[in-house]
Amino acid sequence: MSDGFIELRNIRKVFAGVVALDAMSLVIKPGEIHCLAGENGSGKSTVIKIMSGVYQPDGGEILIDGRTMPGMSPIEAIAHGIQVIYQDFSLFGNLTVAENLAMNVHLGEKRRLMNWRRTRAIAREAVARLGVELDLDAEVASLPTAGKQLVAIARALMSDARLIIMDEPTTALTRKEVETLFRIVRDIQARGIAILFVSHKMREMLEISERITVIRNGRKVAEGPTGDFDEALITRHMTGGDILNQPYVWTPPPGPPPAPRLEIRGLTVPGKCEDLSLAIRPGEIVGLSGLLGSGRTDLALALFGMVPGYKGEILIDGAPVRLRTTQEAIAAGIAYVPEDRLTEGLFLPQSIKRNMLATSYERLAPKLVIDRERAEEMTQGMVRAMQIATPTAEKPVMQLSGGNQQRVVLARWLLTDARVLILNGPTVGVDVGSKAEIHAKIRELAQHHGLAVLMISDDVLELVQNCNRIVLMHRGRFIEDLPAAAVTEETVSDRLKTFT
Amino acid sequence: MALLRRSETVIAGILLLAMVLIGTINPAFWQLDNLFSLMRSNVIIGIMAMGVLLVLISGGIDVSFPAFAVAAMYLTIKGMLALGYNGVVLPLLAATLMGLAFGAVNGFFVYKFRMIPLIVTLGTSAMVRGFLLGVVGTSMININKMPTALIDFARTDVVSVTKADGTTYGLTAMVLIYLGLALAMHLVLRYTMIGRSAYALGGDPEAARRAGFDLRKTIFFIYCVAGALAGFAGLLHSGMIWLANPRDFVGLELDVIAAVVLGGASIFGGRGSVLGTMLGVFMLVMVKNSLIIMRVDTTWQLVVVGLIVIAATALSAWRDRRRAA
Amino acid sequence: MKAQMNIRSLINRDNNIVQLLVMTVLIFAVMTALSPDKFLRYYNFESITYIFPELGLLSIAMMIAMLTGGIDLSVVGVANLSGILAGVLFHKMAGAAGIADAGILTVLLGGVIALGTGLVAGTVNGLLITRLGITPILATLGTGQVFTGLAIVLTGGPAIVGFPTAWAFLGNGKILGLATPFVLFAVIAALIAFVLSRTALGINLMLIGTNPKAALFAGLKRERMVLYSYMLTGVLASVAGIILSGRTNAAKSDYGNSYLLQAVLIAVLGGTNPAGGRGTVLGITIAVAALMLLSSGFQILRFSNHLIDFIWGAFLLLVIAINAYKNRTR
Repeated sequence: MSDGFIELRNIRKVFAGVVALDAMSLVIKPGEIHCLAGENGSGKSTVIKIMSGVYQPDGGEILIDGRTMPGMSPIEAIAHGIQVIYQDFSLFGNLTVAENLAMNVHLGEKRRLMNWRRTRAIAREAVARLGVELDLDAEVASLPTAGKQLVAIARALMSDARLIIMDEPTTALTRKEVETLFRIVRDIQARGIAILFVSHKMREMLEISERITVIRNGRKVAEGPTGDFDEALITRHMTGGDILNQPYVWTPPPGPPPAPRLEIRGLTVPGKCEDLSLAIRPGEIVGLSGLLGSGRTDLALALFGMVPGYKGEILIDGAPVRLRTTQEAIAAGIAYVPEDRLTEGLFLPQSIKRNMLATSYERLAPKLVIDRERAEEMTQGMVRAMQIATPTAEKPVMQLSGGNQQRVVLARWLLTDARVLILNGPTVGVDVGSKAEIHAKIRELAQHHGLAVLMISDDVLELVQNCNRIVLMHRGRFIEDLPAAAVTEETVSDRLKTFT
Repeated sequence: MALLRRSETVIAGILLLAMVLIGTINPAFWQLDNLFSLMRSNVIIGIMAMGVLLVLISGGIDVSFPAFAVAAMYLTIKGMLALGYNGVVLPLLAATLMGLAFGAVNGFFVYKFRMIPLIVTLGTSAMVRGFLLGVVGTSMININKMPTALIDFARTDVVSVTKADGTTYGLTAMVLIYLGLALAMHLVLRYTMIGRSAYALGGDPEAARRAGFDLRKTIFFIYCVAGALAGFAGLLHSGMIWLANPRDFVGLELDVIAAVVLGGASIFGGRGSVLGTMLGVFMLVMVKNSLIIMRVDTTWQLVVVGLIVIAATALSAWRDRRRAA
Repeated sequence: MKAQMNIRSLINRDNNIVQLLVMTVLIFAVMTALSPDKFLRYYNFESITYIFPELGLLSIAMMIAMLTGGIDLSVVGVANLSGILAGVLFHKMAGAAGIADAGILTVLLGGVIALGTGLVAGTVNGLLITRLGITPILATLGTGQVFTGLAIVLTGGPAIVGFPTAWAFLGNGKILGLATPFVLFAVIAALIAFVLSRTALGINLMLIGTNPKAALFAGLKRERMVLYSYMLTGVLASVAGIILSGRTNAAKSDYGNSYLLQAVLIAVLGGTNPAGGRGTVLGITIAVAALMLLSSGFQILRFSNHLIDFIWGAFLLLVIAINAYKNRTR
């Protein structure tokens, strides 16, 4: 007997031989604010789709108000008051706010004709209910992310919702926008509607939720009232990492200190980064973290030649360079492993070999024709060195696990004789075992190959354990430059919390 | 301010400018008989453009409408001759239904197999034209044999003017049909759910699916209407030129798509309006017809039209990029 | 051992090729069964080898444009314009001896002009697409009109008739017992296949078509590569134009209008993904062969040319349906 509004019991879901969910359980009480915490690839999205009826579980059961719901369809889920706000909001950018808001009502009533006056009335009421200001005639595509989210929430509230599931709601919001969101969420709760936040952003989840469930590798690994958790504990559950590593120690080589491998002086990206100065010596792994909007990704992109309008200086091994294109950055020895591996890093249907060699083809073909032997050599060498688990390099890279995929991306850059390695979220969506190996590989690259590494991450534990320095950024400026030995996970998290 | 920014206003402005330019080069442009002739030339392309607009808004492309138009036209005329039928309403209905049936095939392939509309309509276009010319026949039916009722109907004028030398010219009533259909399309796009569903589908197909739109209904509706309009326009055209030529309309798809895009519709879907399309069609037809009046050799016609298409698409690419920024 | 592995990997990598081969063999068998004495004549196949190359080259050109997710609707316009410009040159430079006996230098010059036209046209397309950001379908729609329009202006309407004998050889002659255009096609196709699989340009094009964003992050020179691909497409189209004018001894502004549609159909049938990232010369070649056998067979059966268009269209839709069905059940 469950006292929850909706409960998942031992849910199992398999896709083409890959187990996405395995004995996943989750209980949401009526009117509670619940957080499902998990990394990308942990199975969060699958849980959402099962709860909303898009997928049918292969095992286990779903209960609503204590009654099992076998084979629940999306329409039934909506009828029971389950609304999902996807990360992309599922809005129509080419239509107005008013039309987006009224759409579900029109569709629900199966009307044939479009009554614009009624549409406006519906929209006005929805917006008023939410207590926000929105321009009803604005094209949704022209709104900032926070605005789109408000429209999505307003729309979700229009049906008799009993549970609103929000998928990564705070990813693209500034601090102020997050506060607005939380105010609205508390208002919604006061009306007896439950909210499920699905996220990996710990700070905020701890702030708003009443209960937390942690999912890892498709299973529930922890659950309880929010008071029982703190950031470090949740992160540890999410990543499974009590990676008993030694913290990374950088020892300067003997002799006079070498010029920094990477140095930036007064780097400014208009509107994003302001007067940044930093030096990274060969062998250092410098961590970089900050809230959304801090400018960290913009800094990385500027270093990679994707922001030709930057101001300030960049020096590699003491020599100034002007990075106006990615080719110039690569030629200068800079490598960038992007945040979103699937859309920015990999050519999914192409082979592992092609993905690895993507940046090296020009070099492999000095006389027009690709040197096939050398290409094969390089590939096999990398497969071994990066311990990529695959019988052949001809397999399409989309068949690999997240961890192996990330290794392919790393391998690609190592083949370019990079001297500076910039990593953005290097182990997001990577399983625990691979995480440890990737960290070990990065350390090896720094220590034995003398690379200068800049590691951007939201995972404070990852930074504390793998960097010798941690830089904190906020609103486009560097705020702190801390030696890792002097801090712990807690102190860094606390410091980040003070940023507003 | 918002009015100024709307793309239709910009296009109307450019159109006006162009008209002034042409009129300056040759004031004969402004004479009533020329303007009437221009409007007449708008009718058939305009009707077809309405169908193309609908498809474009939904995020698809249709290149089969000329084939459907000519097939519906030729089959109907042949049928009329074989049955000895001489009328207007029934044949127009028949041609429209034929076009609708053809369009349904498009809809079927686009919906069921989720194949790119460009490829599907290329295939159906080839099939229909091939069948028409290969099985039905290639002979032109000229004025001697053409059903008179159709020709008389197409000859009706709304306004008639007699010139000093006794000849008359007029504004064909077919323009009213065009305007009527355009109005109908506008009403459908703006005031019916199925019209809005076309915009939704073009804006974000996945979101449209999630929102619960019946995409099967939408897709079939779109392609059937496009086909029906093509069939109707095809038969009307033969009435207007007193000729039924099964080889007609070759290359028309490029012109019409260009006109619709010129009128502000996005080739990626989700945007477009009837007013914009009408302006785009007018612009295209005007340029084509005015080359003579501007004493430009007709051999240059394609070049000019091509350059305009390029200029217009470059402009809209620039506009779309600014929008996305 | 290596050869065996290569064949196996070829077949595994591309189920599509096997499907095409099966289809071709089936067509051959059916056509033979329907008209055994007429279809199997050497003369029949020989005439196919004369007509096959134009369409084959245009289809390969179309495939290259599709590799990066684009399309080139101007290829026929480019082909015609190339032939016409060469023809205009020949007529202008016709000496007392007449056009037919034009010297080898003149003929070479004509070739250069024709190929140059293709190169320039491709460059224009490429620049419109990469620099101005116009979507390929609209850009090549416009340029196709312009090129055809220029062809009309140059000829005033009718065809340019009469090309040098040496030129006609390209379209009509024989090398080592094989039709010259066929030999040309084989050489060019092999070259293109080589470029696509063994050069940086080729592989880059595949990667760009697969994921343009990732290509950017991988440091690929996206714009440059796409520009090159359209230039290549243009040159291939001009070669098709050379062969066409050589074979028919004439150049007209509206020759081969149906070729455009057919080139797209063949590209798709041959396994090219119109959204980018996949396509092989082998697939195209087999698809062209299959459809030419189909046409030839139907021609022998006295089907009109138009009906053959019908069958091509039906074929395409059939293949689409089958492929879609297979992908669903997977």
